[in-house]
Amino acid sequence: MIPAGFTYVRAGSVEQALAELAWHGRDVRLLAGGHSLLPAMKLRRVEPGVLVDIGRLRELAYVRLDGEQVVVGPLTTHRTLERDPLVAEHVPLLAAAARRIGDPQVRNRGTIGGSLAHADPAADLAAAVLALDGVLVARGPSGVRDIPAAEFFTGVRTSALAADELLVEIRLRAATGLGYAFEKFSRRALDWAVVGVAAQARPEGRTAVALIGMGQTPLRAGEVEEALAAGVPAAEASALAARGCAPADNAVASAAYRSHLAEVLVGRALAAL
Amino acid sequence: MRVEITVNGRPHEREVEPRLLLVHFLRDLLSLTGTHVGCDTTSCGACTVLLDGVAVKSCTVLAAQADGCEVTTVEGLGGPDGLSPVQEGFRQCHGLQCGYCTPGMVMAATALLAERPDPSEQEIRDGLKGNMCRCTGYQMIVESVQWAAANGGAR
Repeated sequence: MIPAGFTYVRAGSVEQALAELAWHGRDVRLLAGGHSLLPAMKLRRVEPGVLVDIGRLRELAYVRLDGEQVVVGPLTTHRTLERDPLVAEHVPLLAAAARRIGDPQVRNRGTIGGSLAHADPAADLAAAVLALDGVLVARGPSGVRDIPAAEFFTGVRTSALAADELLVEIRLRAATGLGYAFEKFSRRALDWAVVGVAAQARPEGRTAVALIGMGQTPLRAGEVEEALAAGVPAAEASALAARGCAPADNAVASAAYRSHLAEVLVGRALAAL
Repeated sequence: MRVEITVNGRPHEREVEPRLLLVHFLRDLLSLTGTHVGCDTTSCGACTVLLDGVAVKSCTVLAAQADGCEVTTVEGLGGPDGLSPVQEGFRQCHGLQCGYCTPGMVMAATALLAERPDPSEQEIRDGLKGNMCRCTGYQMIVESVQWAAANGGAR
């Protein structure tokens, strides 16, 4: 399969990438690791006229500690998240999710920014970023704005990023030494999650629970979180996992099966905290 | 656009369409047909090559993205008169049946051993998760990688 033709531009700076976005409008796509975009282009689901390759902007690949936050550059690969010592110490949930993505070759190329901007409702890192109270920093022509992860995903493969904005940073609330769990069920070794769960304990006794594969977007399991906060035992709270969710009902899995999976996987995740 | 890609130690400069995939650059422009196209959907791993030493699926990388980089294909490992330890392991342990997945398996295993010279069986299975064998000869493939680990590793 061959993508449709396009004009290739290799961005030499964030500023140039932003200028290209502003100039070409909706006919442009950003290329990072390419492991969501290129397969979609090969299937001709996406046919951008201009591809702006930001893959060499090394200044966007980093992991840093900033006070109570772990700050991750969007071009950080899944492979780096798996191994980075700061991630392991302060946001190990992110490493646990990264480790479960696809396969080693995919993790070598795929980036956290690319995955989040692609906004697939079953993306592993999205669940982790939601459970870690992530803030996504977008930069556009008029400056920089913060988008809470809970407001970032707006629909199937649709995000709150404007067409002329670039995701320039992911900020995560450190969870040093606290319990966490990432669970997912997929049909074959390197498949996307049918359903997945990221759970993160917090010092004040609250637990964040995020779900993937349970709706049009990755989402927080609000009813489970409220039940846990009210002192309901984990085994009972997990039975609320699918409440308020409208999971897809398709050839991969029925809605009822996804709901069942959500309850089982949330139960396992909470038991592992 | 013009790209220069060093493949198996030799630089190659070519005029390419931006949409040209790395696997087609290797196979069609350089006639290096050891790298196979299997599923063409980033799943099967038959097209695995090393890009600046890191295993990638070359059906999901543009030649333009590899501009200025170094690529190693199965042809760069060893020939009939001097197989690499991984290639020799596949020969010794019957790690192939039809052979279609073999170049990708060999490249993924080489990358794995470069990073983990003494992997456990589970680490080998995890490391080869991105490579499918439709003959389902996985057990012997794992044994081939174990043989290679004990006899020179990723060289």
